[in-house]
Amino acid sequence: MDIVYLLIPLSVVLVFFIGMAFWWSLRGGQFDDLEGPAHRILMDDDKPDAG
Amino acid sequence: MSTQDTYNYKVVRQFAIMTVVWGIVGMLVGVIIAAQLVWPDLNFGPWFTYGRLRPLHTNAVIFAFGGCALFSTSYYVVQRTCHTRLFSDGLAQFTFWGWQLIILLAAITLPLGITSGKEYAELEWPIDILITLVWVSYAIVFFGTIAKRRIQHIYVANWFFAAFILTVAILHLVNSAEIPVSLTKSYSAYAGVQDAMIQWWYGHNAVGFFLTAGFLGIMYYFIPKQAERPVYSYRLSVVHFWALIFTYMWAGPHHLHYTALPDWAQSIGMLFSLILLAPSWGGMINGIMTLSGAWHKLRSDPILKFLITSLSFYGMSTFEGPMMSIKTVNALSHYTDWTIGHVHSGALGWVAMVSIGAMYYLIPRLFGRKEMYSVSLINVHFWVSTIGIVLYIAALWIAGVMQGLMWRAVNADGTLTYSFVEAVKASHPYYEVRLLGGFIFFSGMLIMAYNVIRTVAGQRAVDDARIPAVMLAHA
Repeated sequence: MDIVYLLIPLSVVLVFFIGMAFWWSLRGGQFDDLEGPAHRILMDDDKPDAG
Repeated sequence: MSTQDTYNYKVVRQFAIMTVVWGIVGMLVGVIIAAQLVWPDLNFGPWFTYGRLRPLHTNAVIFAFGGCALFSTSYYVVQRTCHTRLFSDGLAQFTFWGWQLIILLAAITLPLGITSGKEYAELEWPIDILITLVWVSYAIVFFGTIAKRRIQHIYVANWFFAAFILTVAILHLVNSAEIPVSLTKSYSAYAGVQDAMIQWWYGHNAVGFFLTAGFLGIMYYFIPKQAERPVYSYRLSVVHFWALIFTYMWAGPHHLHYTALPDWAQSIGMLFSLILLAPSWGGMINGIMTLSGAWHKLRSDPILKFLITSLSFYGMSTFEGPMMSIKTVNALSHYTDWTIGHVHSGALGWVAMVSIGAMYYLIPRLFGRKEMYSVSLINVHFWVSTIGIVLYIAALWIAGVMQGLMWRAVNADGTLTYSFVEAVKASHPYYEVRLLGGFIFFSGMLIMAYNVIRTVAGQRAVDDARIPAVMLAHA
C-alpha cells in the first residue's frame, strides 16, 4: 500500500487548501449575510423581453 | 453597445443543444448494450461488442451529456449571479470545440479497442492531454469570471461548480498518470493494488464531484429560480457545501471491499461513505423544502417536477450508496446488478433529471421565448422518464439481490448450490425489463429533442441579454 504515501499527503494538502478557501471566505465577509443572497438571485430577471 | 454590457449566451447555447444531442446518443448506446445482454447475438465483432460499447456508453452519458450540461449551466449561473460577462469568450469557445473533439475522439477510439483500461478514464494519453488543456481553460474562464464579479457575494451554486472543476482537474491528473509506449497505447504509472486504489479514489470522487457537486450547483440555482422562491435555508446550503467537500475524498475504497486492499483501508472507505449520508441528505432536504408553501406548483409545472423528483432520487441513491458500502451488505451486493441499478438511480434519476429540468429552463431563455414550445410535452417526458427509471432500477434490484443470494448459497456438504450460469439464466427476464425501462427513458429524450427543435426553430438566438448596470445590493 505504498500508494497511501501519495494519497494521504495529497488529502492533507487538499484539506489545507480547502481550509484556506474557507478562511478567506469567512474573513472576506462571504458569510456575513446568509439570507440576502438567496433572495438576490430571484431579483435577477432572466426572462427574455419578447414572448 | 459593447459586448461587455451583455452576457455570453453563445457558449451556454452551444453546450445546451449538445447536452440534448449527446444525451440521445449516450442513452441510445445504453439501450443497445442492454439489448446485447438480453440477446447476445447482437454483438457484432469486434467493434460493436459489449466490451467496447459499454465504455462508450459511460463516457457518452457522463462526460458528453453530463459534461455539456455542466459547462452550459455553470457558464450561465456564474454570469447571472456575478453580473458579469465570461472572463474570455475565446477560451470559452475553445472549451466548447475542444470538449466536442474529445467526445468525437472517444466515439472513434473506444469501438476500435483503443483504451487504457481504466474505468471511467478509458481514453488514451493523447486524449488525456487534450482533456487537461480544455479543463485548464474551463478553470481559467470560470475562476476569471468569479474574479471580475460585480456582486461581492459568491452564490453557493458557484462554490459547488468551483469545487467540481478543481477536484476533477486533480483527479484526472493523478489517475491518468501513464507511460506511453505508442500513440495509441500507454500503461498506468501504478501497478496492482496501488492502481486499484488510485482507480477507485478517482472513480468514486468522479461520482462525488463530477456527478454530485456539479449537479448540486445546478440544483441550488435552478430550483429556486423555477420555483421563484429562495432556497429553504441558505445557511444550510453553505454548511452542505463545506461538509461535503471536507468529507468526500476517502469514500473510494468501498469499491474494493473483500479484495487485496488492506482491511483498514476498506473500513475507512466504509466509514467515510456512511458519514456522507449526513451532508447529502441535508442538501436534499434543503432543495425539496424550497417548495414549502408552494407545493401546488408541482401540480402545474413539469419543469419543477423534473427538478424535485431528481432530488428524491438523489436522496434515495445517497441512502442506498452508504448502505451498500457497509461490508456485510456489500458481501451480498458486490459484483451483482444491484450496483448497476444503484448507479442508474443516481445517473438517470438524479443527474439526468436535474439536467433535463435545467435545460427546459434554459433553452427558451437562450432563444428568446417565454417557455418551451409545448409544456404538456415536458409533462409527458417527465412521466415517461419516471416510469422508465422505476422499471430499470426495480428490475436490477431484484436481479442483483437474487444473484447475490444464488452465488452465496451452499449445500449441506459445503458445495455451491448454483453454478454461475444458473444465476445468469435466472437474470434474463430482469434484463428484459431493464431494456424496456431504458428504452422508455430513451424515448423520453426523443420527445425532448422534438420539443427543443420546435422551440428553437425560427427563433433568434439571444445575444443581447443586458447585464444590470447597477448592482442590486452593495452591502
